[in-house]
Amino acid sequence: MTIEKRSSAFEYAPAPESRAVVDIAPSYGLFIDGEFAEAAEGRVFKTVSPSTEEVLSEVAQAGEADVERAVKAARKAFEKWSALPGSERAKYLFRIARIIQERSRELAVLETLDNGKPIRETRDADLPLVAAHFFYYAGWADKLGHAGFGANPRPLGVAGQVIPWNFPLLMLAWKIAPALATGNTVVLKPAETTPLSALFFADICRQAGLPKGVVNILPGYGDTGAALVAHPDVNKVAFTGSTAVGKEIARTVAGSRKKLTLELGGKGANIVFDDAPIDQAVEGIVTGIFFNQGQVCCAGSRLLVQESIQDELLDSLKRRLSTLRLGDPLDKNTDIGAINSAEQLARITSLVEAGEAEGAERWSPACELPSSGYWFAPTLFTNVTQAHTIARDEIFGPVLSVLTFRTPDEAVAKANNTQYGLSAGIWTEKGSRILAVANKLRAGVVWSNTFNKFDPTSPFGGYKESGFGREGGRHGLEAYLDV
Amino acid sequence: MPTTASTALPLKDVTASDSTLRRYLHGLPGVDAVGLEARAASLGTRSIKTTAKAYAIDLAISMVDLTTLEGADTAGKVRSLGAKAVRPDPTDRTAPATAAVCVYPDMVAVAKEAVAGSTVKVASVATAFPAGRAAIGVKLADVRDAVAAGADEIDMVIDRGAFLAGNYLKVYEEIVAVKEACGASARLKVIFETGELSTYDNIRRASWLGMIAGADFIKTSTGKVAVNATPANTLLMLEAVRDFRAQTGVQVGVKPAGGIRTTKDAVKFLVVVNETVGEDWLDNHWFRFGASSLLNDLLMQRQKLATGRYSGPDYVTVD
Repeated sequence: MTIEKRSSAFEYAPAPESRAVVDIAPSYGLFIDGEFAEAAEGRVFKTVSPSTEEVLSEVAQAGEADVERAVKAARKAFEKWSALPGSERAKYLFRIARIIQERSRELAVLETLDNGKPIRETRDADLPLVAAHFFYYAGWADKLGHAGFGANPRPLGVAGQVIPWNFPLLMLAWKIAPALATGNTVVLKPAETTPLSALFFADICRQAGLPKGVVNILPGYGDTGAALVAHPDVNKVAFTGSTAVGKEIARTVAGSRKKLTLELGGKGANIVFDDAPIDQAVEGIVTGIFFNQGQVCCAGSRLLVQESIQDELLDSLKRRLSTLRLGDPLDKNTDIGAINSAEQLARITSLVEAGEAEGAERWSPACELPSSGYWFAPTLFTNVTQAHTIARDEIFGPVLSVLTFRTPDEAVAKANNTQYGLSAGIWTEKGSRILAVANKLRAGVVWSNTFNKFDPTSPFGGYKESGFGREGGRHGLEAYLDV
Repeated sequence: MPTTASTALPLKDVTASDSTLRRYLHGLPGVDAVGLEARAASLGTRSIKTTAKAYAIDLAISMVDLTTLEGADTAGKVRSLGAKAVRPDPTDRTAPATAAVCVYPDMVAVAKEAVAGSTVKVASVATAFPAGRAAIGVKLADVRDAVAAGADEIDMVIDRGAFLAGNYLKVYEEIVAVKEACGASARLKVIFETGELSTYDNIRRASWLGMIAGADFIKTSTGKVAVNATPANTLLMLEAVRDFRAQTGVQVGVKPAGGIRTTKDAVKFLVVVNETVGEDWLDNHWFRFGASSLLNDLLMQRQKLATGRYSGPDYVTVD
């Protein structure tokens, strides 16, 4: 056996996950009343793999007539579904959860192909959480009377749900699992760039024998979502996505009797005090902003570092960034995958240019970007102040803005000085400081000595322009119950 | 000989007294156990295959300190271990030699003869290994004995009792004295027995204490207690040597020991090295595996890569 001499000592061999585990059809229909069907107007759109720009499939595009049909089907199904004992609904949800586990490898590869995120995230984070959400809410289905919302809380009816492209299947689980557990029926619109896993989920619903019409999936663009949200026979609207669209939806729904929850943008502060566990803080900063290429509404996109350790921390962070592996998202060794779409890449690029134009200092590790697909190198901005655009606007990409502070009060003031309030992080070895600071932060989730940790039992949601309502946990039931 | 850190400028005053030393060690950044273990676990999911695996296996073989530390050790046993260290796979001469053989001090001369003419070093566990419970004079005599017999490397155990009691200066002074007894010819590996130090904060403090005192290598454990080397404590010690070099310019080696039995485990450790300190440490001068049963698994995996078939334990030598 001969050992190849190599320039760099330890180069991992490419280890791509096999695409053979997933069978993507050349075209998909809408999922209405338990059947796949073409769109009434016959329109279709293509979904591409962001890492290669390869067309994966052609998907039917729902129009107003399709929304009408789907809502009607959901309304009809609601009567029987809501009348089922909770323990019966739980059986379906448990069955769905188990099928998701059984098919998790297939779904992980599919999600990576359609979204561009690394397989180690879909495999190790997304899919386990998706299954966990169904298991968790399955457990609530027959215990709603004990959830603290009165003796017999009732479902709302038909839920119109619009989800984003950053965690396509996970956001679906966050929406559908509590809706079904509480006895509602669902019409869900996945994002136009990532419709496939929702359509596979439709197949899972059939596999689980879920009654027809309980779950309906309508791929489409913003106009499809708008039609769904505006439909008079929808009782509950749940939206995760951009703040701009969220505001539009709020205007549409205002004055109607629809219940609304919004989970919108964020500009999370990740606060590192001088007594922090530095090596783990560096890992937490990396997880905070480079997880899913920073396309996370609760990303820790503003690093607030105490001035006394700024140099040390930034040196460590830069060294760590240099070890991030960017490339083929199907390769198990890849840390950073592709940006979801050309449009999103353009948005990131323009905000980064604004950062440079305003005088912030841009840094990226030496990093070769693949020639096809949508890619953006991990990027750090130093010399950022609260007055910079990149400290205020959500970038939704792998771009970290570094600001400094001198005292805990200043850290809190800067962290809260944002129109958003979804997440924050605190890094310190001092327990009393964690509690003191966390209580002052206006954010829905505050992580201490960790970041981007999710669990179905833990409620998630925002303050201010990050939206309202909570998903996950016992609190997540409330949004789907008449209480 | 590289300069030791105690003479390097930034840390000169740290050892002036027990209290300055304590204040320094307790001022090191803390370790968050959950985060550390999560990072180590995530590095364990790297997929190492084909050429990367072949490279990793040979690198790992070249990093093994082939060890026999039994009360029943005889000259015959040590000689056969030496032969195996020089020529691990008699059926395939391209297999690299191991880094060293590691024996008790009274077996150093035998081991030295057994590996004569090869690149294999002789390491010896001196200082009343593994408990370290002996008077300093006894420990130093143990070291001098091994060095006089020709040991290239001394593996010393620290006084865990003194460390846990907060007598850091005592631990420091012992290491300094042992280092001096090693003279110019032997490199010093300092064993912390991390399983007994119990907390990650203690392991980081011990790492710095060892390096300040002049350790050439810091080593997790003796292999004689329940918890030995883990990816997490090795990751932590690698972070310590990385930071120490950044601060003093002195490079120190790392040796996880005990409990690493399979190729899969060894490769995970190499990934931790690669992504924490990089190729500067991917060499048997700076990284070792303290293991006795690991070598055969590496050899069997190596044979499997070469032939496509898994042979079994009778196709490698027992020792």
